[in-house]
Amino acid sequence: MARRYDSSTTTFSPEGRLHQVEYAIEAINNAGTCVGILAKDGIVLASERQLTSGLLAPAKTSEKTYKLSQHSTCCVAGLTADANILIDQARLRAGRYEYQYQEPIPMEQLVEHVCNYKQAYTQYGGLRPFGVSFLFAGYDQHYGFQLYQTDPSGNYSGWKATVIGSNNQAGKSLLKTEYDPESTGELPSVEVALRLAVKVLNKTMDGTAASSEKMELFVMSREDTEEKLCVHRILTNDEAQKVIDEVEAEGAGAGDS
Amino acid sequence: LDFSEHSPDSQVSTRPSNSFVIMDSLLGFVGGDFAILAADANAARSILVFKQDEDKIVPLSKKMAMAASGAQGDRVQFSEYIQKNIVLNELRAGFPMSCVATANFVRHEIASNLRRKPYNVNCLLGGFEAAKGGCLYYVDYFGTMHKMNFACHGHCAAFCLSLFDRHWKPNMTLDEGKELMKKCFTELKVRYLLNMPKFVVKVVDANGVHEIDLAAE
Repeated sequence: MARRYDSSTTTFSPEGRLHQVEYAIEAINNAGTCVGILAKDGIVLASERQLTSGLLAPAKTSEKTYKLSQHSTCCVAGLTADANILIDQARLRAGRYEYQYQEPIPMEQLVEHVCNYKQAYTQYGGLRPFGVSFLFAGYDQHYGFQLYQTDPSGNYSGWKATVIGSNNQAGKSLLKTEYDPESTGELPSVEVALRLAVKVLNKTMDGTAASSEKMELFVMSREDTEEKLCVHRILTNDEAQKVIDEVEAEGAGAGDS
Repeated sequence: LDFSEHSPDSQVSTRPSNSFVIMDSLLGFVGGDFAILAADANAARSILVFKQDEDKIVPLSKKMAMAASGAQGDRVQFSEYIQKNIVLNELRAGFPMSCVATANFVRHEIASNLRRKPYNVNCLLGGFEAAKGGCLYYVDYFGTMHKMNFACHGHCAAFCLSLFDRHWKPNMTLDEGKELMKKCFTELKVRYLLNMPKFVVKVVDANGVHEIDLAAE
């Protein structure tokens, strides 16, 4: 019965649902996982690199993490082709805002702009929604470091830690117990956040052995100079391996007791 | 501004050239924890004074005010347009725009309209932010913008800039600022041809934009 109301994005079902939007959200559950964790001195975005074929040329650029402006970056879960359009939109918006106001765009306004763009495809024109969820990470002078999650419906929310992509429920339940376990209300340091992110990826990628080729670890922080520009850094394979080894050692130690 | 002689092919609308000189006087400077703006209260055209209690200083937000000069139509239209847009930005964002962003927005509007339908408006933007202190931006009708310690628009510049050069110093108190402003008004009263009996003076500080009455003191 619901099938009749599936095909058009612009039609509500009798139960009051937009099936096309829900199916788009489902599509992302097959995509590589992304974890985002807010730290007190930065933000960590960790992504699963899905290597579909050994014949693929080594990637020159990331498939998951994209810089949007001097002070913001996002990572993608879902259809890469769809994501490219939205990333372009975000970069244009950030650039135009800075051109007009000579100031970096506040994070929430950037996220809201991308989300409004996504929402239009759920209401007008009979076009399908974008099959992409984002984790936006950025810094602004009003609210400091911020982490936002968006989905194909055009909804967004701010998070201290969250997961998108395949097995995100397992990842989120791990974060619930492990992020700020004593409920101090304090944010972790970037180092602690990196280890937690790897732990979450281990869980969502369960079955696969963790390795630095399969995990992309990204950190955003601010320089300690007067200008305080944002630093966007994807860890090298060696640095990533170090974090992975630390997590394994921690896990092994805990297992003994 | 008459563009027709210079670029006959341009699509700029040729308005009748404004042969009347802009006679408004704007002054402003920055203090330790405030910015102060003054504008003459005459609304006049050629030899006729329409009114002598015109308020040419518009509050844009709790942080900033804009004093504008120019033909009344342009001046009021531009001031209100900017003010409404600044308020809209604040409603959308949930917090007020910074002084830098506000000043650049004003400049951008003037500059992007310059070769279409120019705003024949000069302005001084005065603001205060707790983190950065007082600020003053000089913007002219071409879209020139400079952040300055003190500035003037109009004929009064010929008289008052030298007074500012001599007497302005960093981190002045509000009382010192008021004294300096009064010096400028006295000078204009004595030496400037046009009679400007009243000035509207506004101060921007941590508590927002307020009008002060120097004549009463």
